[in-house]
Amino acid sequence: MTTLIKTLAEKPWLSGHDGVGVPAEVAIFDLAKEKVGLRAFFAVAASLFMLFVVAYRLRMVYSDWVPVQDPGVLWLSTGLLVVASVALQVSSIFMSRQHDQRALTAFYVGGVCTLLFVCCQLVAWSELSNAGYLVSTNPASSFFYLLTAVHGLHVIGGLVAWLRTAIRMRSAEPGAARIAVDLCTLYSHFLLLVWAGLFYLLLNS
Amino acid sequence: MAYADQDTGHHAGPDKFIWKYVWSQDHKVIAVQYGCTAIAVGILALVLSWLMRMQIGFPGSLEFIDPSAYYQYVTMHGMIMVIYLLTAFFLGGFGNYLIPLMCGARDMVFPFLNMLSYWFYLLSVLILLASYFVPGGPTGAGWTLYPPQSILQGTPGTDWGIILMLASLAVFIIAFTMGGLNYITTVLQARCRGLTLMRMPLTIWSIITATVLGLLAFPALFVSAIMLMFDRVLGTSFFMPYIVHMGQALETGGGSPVLFQHLFWFFGHPEVYIVALPAFGLVSDILSTHARKNIFGYRMMVWAILAIGGISFIVWAHHMYVSGMNLYLGYFFATTTLIIAIPTAIKVYNWTLTLWHGNIHLNTPMLFSIGFISTFLIGGLTGLFLGNVAVDIPLSDTYFVVAHFHMVMAIAPIMVVFAAIYHWYPKITGRMYNETLGVIHFWVTFVGTYLIYFPMHYLGFEGMPRRYYAYEGYEFISESAHSLNEFISVVAILVGVLQILFIINMLMSLKTGKLAGANPWNATTLEWQTPQTPPAHGNWGDELPVVYRWAYDYSVPGADEDFIPQNQPGELGDGREVGDDTGHSSGEGAPA
Repeated sequence: MTTLIKTLAEKPWLSGHDGVGVPAEVAIFDLAKEKVGLRAFFAVAASLFMLFVVAYRLRMVYSDWVPVQDPGVLWLSTGLLVVASVALQVSSIFMSRQHDQRALTAFYVGGVCTLLFVCCQLVAWSELSNAGYLVSTNPASSFFYLLTAVHGLHVIGGLVAWLRTAIRMRSAEPGAARIAVDLCTLYSHFLLLVWAGLFYLLLNS
Repeated sequence: MAYADQDTGHHAGPDKFIWKYVWSQDHKVIAVQYGCTAIAVGILALVLSWLMRMQIGFPGSLEFIDPSAYYQYVTMHGMIMVIYLLTAFFLGGFGNYLIPLMCGARDMVFPFLNMLSYWFYLLSVLILLASYFVPGGPTGAGWTLYPPQSILQGTPGTDWGIILMLASLAVFIIAFTMGGLNYITTVLQARCRGLTLMRMPLTIWSIITATVLGLLAFPALFVSAIMLMFDRVLGTSFFMPYIVHMGQALETGGGSPVLFQHLFWFFGHPEVYIVALPAFGLVSDILSTHARKNIFGYRMMVWAILAIGGISFIVWAHHMYVSGMNLYLGYFFATTTLIIAIPTAIKVYNWTLTLWHGNIHLNTPMLFSIGFISTFLIGGLTGLFLGNVAVDIPLSDTYFVVAHFHMVMAIAPIMVVFAAIYHWYPKITGRMYNETLGVIHFWVTFVGTYLIYFPMHYLGFEGMPRRYYAYEGYEFISESAHSLNEFISVVAILVGVLQILFIINMLMSLKTGKLAGANPWNATTLEWQTPQTPPAHGNWGDELPVVYRWAYDYSVPGADEDFIPQNQPGELGDGREVGDDTGHSSGEGAPA
């Protein structure tokens, strides 16, 4: 914040350090462009999920809201997402230490757990519909399907990136896929965080 | 290293036509693709406005305009103009063209994503237009798409039109997100050496701030569109209240239409600035260039852009005074609405003071820029009326709002679109446009739009309601109002048709225009310093530029010429120094 204020206080029309004739390195973050882009995407996705949460909270005060009994399998899916996130972090650490084979193994574990998470969410949908809660049954069940679907689509998008990265890790020179692994790891942490928030919300409906 | 910030090397572009001009990843080609698509769809929206005006001015004269058709025109006109023309043109068109060039980069940092952004945008337009070919036609719910009316039987286009509209918006938002992430990352990470944040032209400041607004606000539209789609297709009740329709209670019920309004306007008000901010930036650079004077109060202009961006997120409910809200909330939103006028007014004062004692060249870009100040001022002042709850409520459903909205959100930005196209046309095409045709185009548009929208303020004060299909038979609407409507309709159609001058000028000048040279306006910013005009693939030849100064060194005392490009070293642009402590351009008009 201090740096930002200092920047905005510069007088570029004057001579001297912040004025004329002093070329400077100007990139704001000491990060790869992909990592900056992904962080910007997090802001967009966070805004999206936050607005869904706000809509959920505002809608749940109406009289027709009937809380849904959340399927128990959600605890399993949450656990899987945690394992996936940890595994990808381990993979990223192994990549940075150039233990490529170990990194690949951990990366596989991360991806498979994420895939199993998606399967568990589908099981949760099935359990819920068998219990008589369809999409239009009441607003709580509508939100359950909506929120899990939007989160699930983000996870599936991540799995596509995971698959591409896994192929690169197997075929590329050692270390060439490092940024891609880091991105998958970051994305996985972000989606875990979002899911934690959504799960808390669904449990407290 | 990203292609965008590669320092040296060979940068030949693709040879085949399809890779060079269709599936292109070159930001300049993508910008032109965005611009041309936006203009094409904008012409459709213009024709729709003529049909509306025919019905209002000469009711019944065109037999095919029934109430359903009229509301479909209203809806499609509004949505196309706001989203698919203005947003796409300012950010997809000017953003794409100017960000890498003004930042001294070779391209956007994610060129493939940038290309996808355009094709998703085109897809969204095609989905929208497809609604003309489905049973029931496009939606006639009004551009705000308020439920429950937008998805209830009886509203035009409830079968397929509303579904296609919502799908189109969702795809547009995905397209915008892909483009927006590119703009942000490019400006943050790929500026050339020496281009510090406070040396950036105001165009970049404003486009990037508008992009941030879009990235944070469009999700609200996305959320509301998805939830409304669920209500329409899957029978959920997010927004649907209990309704008895044609004597029968609907299965849906209990939802909150006001929730939709909050979500929609949480996007909708920042959207005003998503359009306005780029216009502010572009016009700042055009005014400074053609007045041969540094922009007045550069720092204040940057702060004002950021302040407007921030405050724009806490004013949304002033669109909902008539929906009913807590009295104190009304006070809050009225106050924030008036507060946002302060940074906006700072900008208007600074534009005016930039012109003060400037060496003003009254060419077409300058005329349109001055036209922008005038129309934006009028639209802004009427905004002060509508920002106050007590005044807004009686005026809200009248033509006063139509007049205000069009002056501030339609005419003012369109003035800048024209100013910017004329200004950067020589760089984009390598040729000059026809100045005479340009000046005629300006006067027709400027005078014409005043003739159209000024009388609407009067109609609003007289109480003429908006959104009506026909105005005959209402005692409170005077005969003079009908005459005025006829006049407005005639002028609207005339001004619309005469926009052909612009199209002719642009197309003819491609072949017959004088060669422009690299920097016909003697401008300082980097896009005018490219080794080739139009800039080649990679923009900068073998080496990226290095920036030594801010973007507004015009008429610097002691300098040989009345401009010093940003990439010229030395205080006077020729290696000479004035002295360590004497700011050479800190005299009259420079910010304190």
